[in-house]
Amino acid sequence: MNLRRDVFQAIADPTRRAILLLLTSQSMTAGAIAANFDTARPTVSKHLQILIECELIEQEPNGREMHYHLNPQKIKEIAAFIEPFRKLWDDRFNKLEAIMKKHKPK
Amino acid sequence: MEQKTKVHAEEGRSDLLITREFDLPLDLLFKAYQDPEIVEQWMGTKVLKLENKKHGSWQFQTSDAKGNILFSANGTIHEFVENKRIVRTFEMDNAGFEVQLEFLEFEAVSDDTSRLNMHIVYRSNAHRDEMLKLPFAYGINMAHDQLQKVVSQLK
Repeated sequence: MNLRRDVFQAIADPTRRAILLLLTSQSMTAGAIAANFDTARPTVSKHLQILIECELIEQEPNGREMHYHLNPQKIKEIAAFIEPFRKLWDDRFNKLEAIMKKHKPK
Repeated sequence: MEQKTKVHAEEGRSDLLITREFDLPLDLLFKAYQDPEIVEQWMGTKVLKLENKKHGSWQFQTSDAKGNILFSANGTIHEFVENKRIVRTFEMDNAGFEVQLEFLEFEAVSDDTSRLNMHIVYRSNAHRDEMLKLPFAYGINMAHDQLQKVVSQLK
């Protein structure tokens, strides 16, 4: 059975989130990416494979090396990065509003 | 439906704007920021100190049932004008984030409604984006933990 791959599955893993953060500033080879982790190189390759399947990153040959870079289009889908932050404040403010509506001056 | 709370974070900048309209008269909205007991209720944290005056300071702390500190933050108050404006710093303790500067502006929209503009300034664009990602990462981790709990119960 083939596991369904979607972006949210991809970013549910801390290593994959770290890889995405690394690639925000530059494109990198698999070796350079793996150098940032204690995990074995094949494990990192597997994470890269998942990210490619989800189209969050793309690979591009550069001479004899393969470079990995972010796919900005797909990243936009999760650039709803801001939404959980907004939701956090919205929840707080909703609570504030509910409390103050019931508030009786002492 | 239009969202009541809006976050405006322009790309590349080191600040952001949170705006919210409340179905509350201005004085009640401000009171929710002024009264420590009320702050505790909606912020969900203990208020150890809240000195609402220029050069005053504040300290919030949240612990779990065993007394472990889960969240601790502090700052100083630079300006405190009732029903109008609070300028303060905000810093989380031992979280690896730097202090941020907050400008809170309170205004009446009508007799029964009010608005809060919260302008937060971070040290750099990168610092701001790290803070923005925090609830995102937290949410994902929570979902992950939930999943692990469910899976471990299946075993």
